[in-house]
Amino acid sequence: MLAKRIIPCLDVDNGRVKKGINFVNLVDIGDPAAIAAEYERQGADELVFLDITATNQKRQTMKEVVESVSRRVFMPLTVGGGIKSVAQMQLLLKAGADKISLNTAAVVEPQLITKGAQKFGRQCIVVAIDVKKNSATGQYMVFTSGGQHGTGLDALDWAEQAVSLGAGELLVTSMDKDGTKSGFDTELYRELTERVDVPIIASGGAGKLNDFTAVFCKGKVDGALAASVFHYGELTISGVKDTLKKAGVNVR
Amino acid sequence: MLTIIDYDAGNTYNVKKAFDFLGVKTRLTADPAEILASRGLILPGVGAFAPAMQTLRTRGLDTVIKKAVMQKTPLLGICLGMQLLFESSSEYGEHKGLGLIPGKVIALPRKKGYKVPQMGWNENELIQKNSVFSFVAQQYTYFVHSFYADCDNKYIVSRVDYSVPVPAIVQNKNVYGLQFHPEKSGNVGIKILQTFVKEIIYNDNSGN
Repeated sequence: MLAKRIIPCLDVDNGRVKKGINFVNLVDIGDPAAIAAEYERQGADELVFLDITATNQKRQTMKEVVESVSRRVFMPLTVGGGIKSVAQMQLLLKAGADKISLNTAAVVEPQLITKGAQKFGRQCIVVAIDVKKNSATGQYMVFTSGGQHGTGLDALDWAEQAVSLGAGELLVTSMDKDGTKSGFDTELYRELTERVDVPIIASGGAGKLNDFTAVFCKGKVDGALAASVFHYGELTISGVKDTLKKAGVNVR
Repeated sequence: MLTIIDYDAGNTYNVKKAFDFLGVKTRLTADPAEILASRGLILPGVGAFAPAMQTLRTRGLDTVIKKAVMQKTPLLGICLGMQLLFESSSEYGEHKGLGLIPGKVIALPRKKGYKVPQMGWNENELIQKNSVFSFVAQQYTYFVHSFYADCDNKYIVSRVDYSVPVPAIVQNKNVYGLQFHPEKSGNVGIKILQTFVKEIIYNDNSGN
């Protein structure tokens, strides 16, 4: 049986991991390869690197990050953040990435999903969707540009469209839950997993061990992503997996 | 020398990095003489069956690979490279493969609860207890594929449970194949590559 995946997410700015990371046993705390190796040791199933570099000029360094991580860490690597062309995808895949995550660019130019899927296979193309619930209507809406821009798109419709265009996986972040540590939006994921049949990765809201059990059991997702709870050592990946095992969720 | 057969396959560099990590020297080449003089061969691969087979043929590599196998050179196919070892594939029409392992590559059946492609970590069930790869028992390896090798049990070293039982490691004499990506399967994957080099290439424990 396929194992459910636990995925730490790292923000990379100009080649260095940003946002505090508190691993006591690491000498160089900002080095993506060192942090990736530590997560591999803890039992991470996959890593997501998000390039938060503001300028295009510095984006070349992301290729070097992927290159150095893939020399040391042997697990699937997803790279996202500001990727706008097939050429940029190719550069990162050749450097060692396994999947490319598209967010704003996919909404601006949906054909980019198809172009990427045709060239590299749909398993390479992840569409990341940032979702906010409209409190008046209860509708899940899509936001882009780091959550600043409301697109007016219905999140479930967009998810379905992204898959029909060639997305092989969806990474869906609940903006309402992100940073709250109050648990994943299991209702959102339950609705999503009923609508599309590609793997869904849940993101936003991880705070305690049982949040992971809930999102797998009730949300029916394939993977769960978290950043700060792992970075600060509030939760360990092995601790999360032990809890999941006890709840009967299949993990590696 | 260990040769990685160069036909522009997508995972070539990551496979090479895994051997670099192990301190195993590899040569990336499409040169027939170099391939035939190698102690061991790696056939990587990602993507669709037909274009990959076409590239091998255009470069004359299909004949070279078969000749090397007849000389008893150990060969390891990875992912699509594993599927190419079989007689045929039904991915987008019927296509002939290298025919080094009896069997056909067919689509993973659609079944409720099983997404296609199979993407993620799955647990190996060991079939051949005496294999040099017996340490994969109950170990998870990383899969990304929509087609699988339908072959006789005698060629299956280990398999994983999906919509059907999926052969994970296959072997026919000196020809080996991995449906998963060892270069993305953590310590177990690295150990599989190391074992191929140490136990199969340099101990001539190739089942001949």
